[in-house]
Amino acid sequence: MLHITTLHYLVLGAALFLLGVIGVLTRRNVVIVLMSIELILNAVNLNLVAFSRYWQGIHGPTALHGQVFAIFVITDAAAEAAVGLGILIAFFRNKETVNVDEVNLLKW
Amino acid sequence: MNPAGMIPAGTNPPVATPFFFYLLAAIMIVGGVMVITRKNAVHSAMALITTLLAQAALYLMLYAPFVAGVQIILYAGGIMVLFLFVIMLISIERAEKERQFNKQWLVGIVAAAALGGLFIAVYTTTTKGRALFPEGRMTYGETQNTQQIAALLFDRNVGQYMFAFEIASLLLLVAIIGAVVMAKKRI
Repeated sequence: MLHITTLHYLVLGAALFLLGVIGVLTRRNVVIVLMSIELILNAVNLNLVAFSRYWQGIHGPTALHGQVFAIFVITDAAAEAAVGLGILIAFFRNKETVNVDEVNLLKW
Repeated sequence: MNPAGMIPAGTNPPVATPFFFYLLAAIMIVGGVMVITRKNAVHSAMALITTLLAQAALYLMLYAPFVAGVQIILYAGGIMVLFLFVIMLISIERAEKERQFNKQWLVGIVAAAALGGLFIAVYTTTTKGRALFPEGRMTYGETQNTQQIAALLFDRNVGQYMFAFEIASLLLLVAIIGAVVMAKKRI
């Protein structure tokens, strides 16, 4: 019988991570770049929870460090989204655009 | 350590795990591709919500019900609503008509492909003919999951993450202040 191992989850996480990296590196719309960052963070979370499950198989049911880390990553993602979208609103108010390659206020 | 695959009494054995894993993985991959290819940012947000919900289901398959609930409530319910509000605030009609990909897109694809090659190289590495990450197939009941996470976070004896928890709350306070300052028209 076919079993789903930790490696399956890791490969899925790697695929999502790569999709997020491609989105960050190629898209111009800031909103979609921020969403791609969320994809990257979620790929990491999937890896952490899968490792937590693997670790539980070795150290017993209370070895939940990966899940605790996933919760901290979700907290950071919330903070990042709030600050990032605040910056986006301030930027849109000044430049009337949402394209990242037109962000040059700090360029000398 | 119990022999792999042994299911302790009182827990339900997993049902049709490979089928649901591949179904949810396909939903997540398709949703991720749609996130980075749609012109309309609202469509991207909808695809991202689909991906996040499928990932919450994968958390349930990994016996992590608390993280799955946090994923649905905080990500799909909180962060994505924030994204949609901001998309409504900025005008997306003009951004749809413009070029969607920047000038460095080819370099970006090449860099991502190099990263993918690195992932493949790592994941195909075997040690003594054994896969690098063998499966952990022990199944534990998820009824105690939330309590155990709370013990790790808050308990005086076994909790190791209490300081990190306090720092996270401080981080959220800083993020609130930062977001308000950033979005305010005149300070």
